[in-house]
Amino acid sequence: MLISLVLIPVCLAALSLVLPWHQLRSWLLPTAGIIQLGLVVLVVLAKPQAGEWIGLDALSTLVLLVTSILYLGCAFYAVDYLALRQDRGNRIIVPCLLVFLAAMSLAIISRHLGLMWVAVETTTIVSAPLIYYNRNRLSIEATWKYLLLCSVGIALAMLGIMFVAYSAVGGQTEVSLQLDWLLDTAPQLSKPWLHAGFIFLLVGYGTKMGLAPLHSWKPDAYAESPALVGALLAGGLTTVSFLAILRGVQVMSAAGDLIMAQQALMGLGLFSMLIAAIFMVRQPDIKRMLAYSSVEHMGILALGVGIGGLATFGALLHLANNALTKGCLFLTAGNIQRSYASKNLREVRGALSCLPLSAGIFLTGFLAITGAPPFGPFLSEFTILRGIFAGGHPWIAAAFLILLATIFIGMGATVLSATQGESPRVSAQFRDRLLLVAPPLLLLALVLCLGIYMPDPLKELLEAGVALLEVTS
Amino acid sequence: MTDINSMLLLVVILLNFFILGSARLVACIRAVALQGALLALLPVTIHGFSIHSLGLAGGAFLFKGVLIPWLLLRAIREVRIRREVEPLISLVATLFLGAMTTVAAFLFADQLPLIHASQAGVLVPASLATMLAGFLLLMTRRKAITQVVGYLMLENGIFIFGVLLSTAMPLVVEAAILLDLLVAVFVMGIVLNHVNREFSSINIERLSALKE
Repeated sequence: MLISLVLIPVCLAALSLVLPWHQLRSWLLPTAGIIQLGLVVLVVLAKPQAGEWIGLDALSTLVLLVTSILYLGCAFYAVDYLALRQDRGNRIIVPCLLVFLAAMSLAIISRHLGLMWVAVETTTIVSAPLIYYNRNRLSIEATWKYLLLCSVGIALAMLGIMFVAYSAVGGQTEVSLQLDWLLDTAPQLSKPWLHAGFIFLLVGYGTKMGLAPLHSWKPDAYAESPALVGALLAGGLTTVSFLAILRGVQVMSAAGDLIMAQQALMGLGLFSMLIAAIFMVRQPDIKRMLAYSSVEHMGILALGVGIGGLATFGALLHLANNALTKGCLFLTAGNIQRSYASKNLREVRGALSCLPLSAGIFLTGFLAITGAPPFGPFLSEFTILRGIFAGGHPWIAAAFLILLATIFIGMGATVLSATQGESPRVSAQFRDRLLLVAPPLLLLALVLCLGIYMPDPLKELLEAGVALLEVTS
Repeated sequence: MTDINSMLLLVVILLNFFILGSARLVACIRAVALQGALLALLPVTIHGFSIHSLGLAGGAFLFKGVLIPWLLLRAIREVRIRREVEPLISLVATLFLGAMTTVAAFLFADQLPLIHASQAGVLVPASLATMLAGFLLLMTRRKAITQVVGYLMLENGIFIFGVLLSTAMPLVVEAAILLDLLVAVFVMGIVLNHVNREFSSINIERLSALKE
């Protein structure tokens, strides 16, 4: 049952290779998205027994739900987007998007570190053609940087996995990289190798996730790829990479070395927020601004798990909020970019008068992501802040608040000058279309719901996730 | 058995130096292919004949020694470059740095808490030295394709370390890892081709429009 989450998108990808019609091929994406979300809901309700290779626990359930919702939104958006880009065609992008979905799902449900690595590496490879979709000089430069940096990063993660395996070699039984086996034998693992393994895992998957100082591919790749690819990378792939890091944290925690893992995450988290704040002030490019915002929120996630306790709960909630809000922001930023044929503030002015819906959602999404009430990110960031105070780190809390305020001001300046004021010219080429506006609007509505009301099952899920991460042994 | 392993690893390290010091791209690619093929023997020479070690050796030989180099050679034929490697720092300086990192790798490996020291004693430093040489190549070369060679050396280094772990990685996963590597190099080759078409060069210094 669980494996169909991987097999169905792969089958649809094969189908898309032989279908001769453009429009029908585009519609395969929402079909896959609907089937995926439906299956995920069924699987989550059925609670299958975790197998040796694949299985679900609280963490993967959360990530799976979030990425399926985001993917569904992006898939509907893709139909109208690809209809506008008939000239570029969709023979390559549709199969790549479908395989991307399959690889992402496999990475989420895998219970074996080696299998997970293979799935994450597959997402890197299939997203390279997605980033290169526009086929110009800038996008090829971004693709090359992305491909090389992420491949090297992922290679280091492989080394980390091998170190973790080597830490078990001294024991009596046969070594395995199966997660449950590792968690069971964690106390007997050789400490120095386990520590080195975790650091390499963190650096490797951290490159993929875009934690500073390993983020240098991120602004380029997000800014030069189509909006829906940016949304999927910023909301989906980063979340999956974060899950991979959390698996490392789980092993460290089971071995009784949670403190060291938390300190490493805390350092990287604060540094990411700092770098994002520096580059976000006076950022003239709206999509690069969103990329730095992604760096910031990856930092918040790492910081939350690094603090532990209540902050971990907040970070897991923030994982969902960030993914959905980023999806909404990237999709609407894409609409604005298309209308002005630019994403630079030199040309983009007064978007509200020219594209009332897209620009309105973009503006509201900006308020949501920077933590304005009553949206979800406000709740999760506030929970993390409470967790920081409860953990007894007032200085970190102060730094957290100052960085958030700086980012709010920096991002606000860019977003307001893009949306407010006089529009230089009215573009006749592009108006708001239903499928280009409805998905980001629905994602935003969902983020609003998460901010106002937290359903009990979600709360239980998050608490179970925290319990998985912080085993007290 | 240890003699064979030491000989193999010695040749692997010598090949690191050859690649770092070579000015010809084709020679670099052939050397990295030879390195991959030699490494493919390690699982058998260390763990003896078993389905797992034979499968791993066969797969690694096919992918690292034959298919990936063939893809790379085809890529440079398509973009029509034969000549120099164009280092950012001189070849002699690269070789010197390579020697330093190799010495450092051996000294560092002595400090590590190794299990089964006799076996690991030669594998771990060779693995570290190869990885570091790969990084050196990634950092000091201008042509995009040499960076791919550096990436392959990094992967070779990781493979040496992986041999220590015998059965921790199931054969299916090993195969998938090798396949991922192959597809990655294939995609890199395609991207290289497009870089060449857009910029009429594959010097990554031209890839510098995107910055703050």
